[in-house]
Amino acid sequence: MSPHQFDIQLVAIIVAASCSIPGAFLVLRRMSMMADAISHSILLGIILVFFLVRDLSSPLLIIGAAASGILAISLIEAVNRSRLVKKDASIGIVFPFLFSVAVILLSKYARNVHIDTHSVLLGELAFAPFNRFIISGTDIGPKSAYIMGSIFLLNLLFVSFFYKELKVSTFDESFASSIGFRPRLIHYLLMAVVSVTCVGAFDAVGSILVIALIVIPPCCAYLLTDSLSKMIFLSVVFGITAAVSGFWVANLIDVNIAGSMASLCGLFFLAVFLFAPKRGFLAIIREKRRQKMAFAEASLLVSLYNQEMGKTVKNHPDSREMFQSGDLISKVVGFLKRKGEIAVKGEKIFLTEKGREKARITMENQ
Amino acid sequence: MLESMAGLYSDYTARTILLGAVSLGIVSGVVGSYAVIRKQSLVGDVMSHAALPGIVLAFIIMGAKEQLPIFIGAALSAVLAVLLINLVTNNSRIKTDSAMGIALSVFFALGLVLLTYVQRMPDANQAGLDKFLFGQAEALVEKDVLIIGLTGFFAILIVGLFWKEFKLLCFDPDFGGTMGFSMKFLDVLITAVIVSAIVIGLQTVGVVLMSSMLIAPAVAARQWTGSMGSMVILAALIATVSGITGVAFSAGFENVPTGPAVIICVSLIAFFSILFSPNGFLTLKFRDAKNMRKIKKNYVLMALYDLGLEHADLGYAHSERLLILGSKKGFNVRKSLLELENAGYVERAGDGNWRLTQSGIREVTDISPMEKVHESTSV
Repeated sequence: MSPHQFDIQLVAIIVAASCSIPGAFLVLRRMSMMADAISHSILLGIILVFFLVRDLSSPLLIIGAAASGILAISLIEAVNRSRLVKKDASIGIVFPFLFSVAVILLSKYARNVHIDTHSVLLGELAFAPFNRFIISGTDIGPKSAYIMGSIFLLNLLFVSFFYKELKVSTFDESFASSIGFRPRLIHYLLMAVVSVTCVGAFDAVGSILVIALIVIPPCCAYLLTDSLSKMIFLSVVFGITAAVSGFWVANLIDVNIAGSMASLCGLFFLAVFLFAPKRGFLAIIREKRRQKMAFAEASLLVSLYNQEMGKTVKNHPDSREMFQSGDLISKVVGFLKRKGEIAVKGEKIFLTEKGREKARITMENQ
Repeated sequence: MLESMAGLYSDYTARTILLGAVSLGIVSGVVGSYAVIRKQSLVGDVMSHAALPGIVLAFIIMGAKEQLPIFIGAALSAVLAVLLINLVTNNSRIKTDSAMGIALSVFFALGLVLLTYVQRMPDANQAGLDKFLFGQAEALVEKDVLIIGLTGFFAILIVGLFWKEFKLLCFDPDFGGTMGFSMKFLDVLITAVIVSAIVIGLQTVGVVLMSSMLIAPAVAARQWTGSMGSMVILAALIATVSGITGVAFSAGFENVPTGPAVIICVSLIAFFSILFSPNGFLTLKFRDAKNMRKIKKNYVLMALYDLGLEHADLGYAHSERLLILGSKKGFNVRKSLLELENAGYVERAGDGNWRLTQSGIREVTDISPMEKVHESTSV
């Protein structure tokens, strides 16, 4: 690994980790698409501040960007609160407008600056190591690692400082305000944090792929745990893994790094979605099938038991409908036989003592 | 600007572009109305971003910038994204917004990865693909416009044929289901129509901003009308006008990409409509303020009248302090008095007190009993 590659990965890791932390709250608050709105809107703030200060490395850019992120959120909420436009449409008309203004300003007046429409979409992770942070002649690493590092620390501090407030206002907003937590304030603080994170990440991965880093790792984690702190931790882990593996995949097939990182995020999500132990797609299907079998077994046992007792219960949800397919019934019979709950003699099926006991218990429980 | 507009009409290529913009406007206005009414605005956003890998794949497979395969590729990958969103939200606890965020960013990322891959291909004509990001109407040729027109025609045709059914789907799907229409089929059909509208817009507006081309005209039109029919027509009109203006701007000024230019036009119309339509935000605020002023003036008139009755002299002059005492806190009695003075309903007596004029007395007796009740409760 060359120092160049190390630097790129370092920046990528910090970006991914910083995005995952506020991302967890966006996902839980069902505000994932706000990341879309914010990541597009910050461009306007960056450009306007750039026109003022004419310096791309000015920290004012971050403030301008965060301000325009907040502006976008407030506009969306104002449009939505007027009740003239639905929530989704409010999002859908505000940020494309701000983004369009930014893109036109960019392509018209900032042609020869290093931000161009392409890097807006793609980011320039590959160039991150070239911009060094030099203090009194000593090179102490890539500049973006320091900027992103501070943003990471900010996110960490924000979440640990307001952990209780965030947690309560995320899961029960009215309870939060009743115990004096000011959920609106927390909401806007979170939005500011997301905006600042987007600005940092934007440089590296562009305005659209930052959504991947904000939304996908927390979604992966969400399918694996019920605890908020574990979810945040896991999403940081997912984010970092996607960043590193994305870098190497990009390296291997020589494609855009940010695109590859986001695609890897998608791949991880697919894997988690399919194979997560309790909430994965396959686990859910297996559970449904297990329930169906358990119900079929119980129904067969109960209806045999009823017949033994000479009771034919009308309208009982008995086996007849369940076993319309011969496949299922032979499967159930075979299964129960193996468990020793029924015995088969010729064409007829009998309950064993064990099966009778089980049928009795089933009926009592109902 | 005007010159460029005039140039557009005379020039042959310009006519082609204009035709493209008009077809795009009509289709996105009509189709976008359904997306907005069904609260699927952001699905359009996802689909237009998700079209990118399809576009690039079609390019890789066909090897050249052919319009039709690119359309088909774009449509297929957009639909795939929607299907995946449905799969994930139906089978896990991931909510729709997150699923949309995932689909949007991952598909777009795949598209970008493929795009960088294509750009390394030896004989790639990459300039043809770049324009799909932000749109480049200047690059439209006659054949493109023909395909745009045809696709748009079929989209509009389907909307026309299924007009009533789509209305049921939008406003009362349960009722529609009991009437024997397959809501599922209609849902698929309308999604297909939305996808085709998105695909049409890719070349003019670009994948990044196409969703806004669907949403903004419909939002604008919705502010002016409550009927689906007029909403659809108005949205088409707004989208067309913005399309033409945006294309003209982009052609008339250097370095102005078409997509953002069109989107700025259409968004401005949408914001204007939200603020100033008959039920618009500011219109309502103005109306409220006007009503409040009238209520306050009526209150002052009635107070003077009642005080006058107590003195058995309707023209008796009363002090301002007395009027203030009888009103709620924060009520600027002086302002109302001055307005009434301008209208000639009250006048100042020599000692600075206020009294009703003859026309003021007539005005009070004209205030209807209903209004009187209203005034006494609200001020």
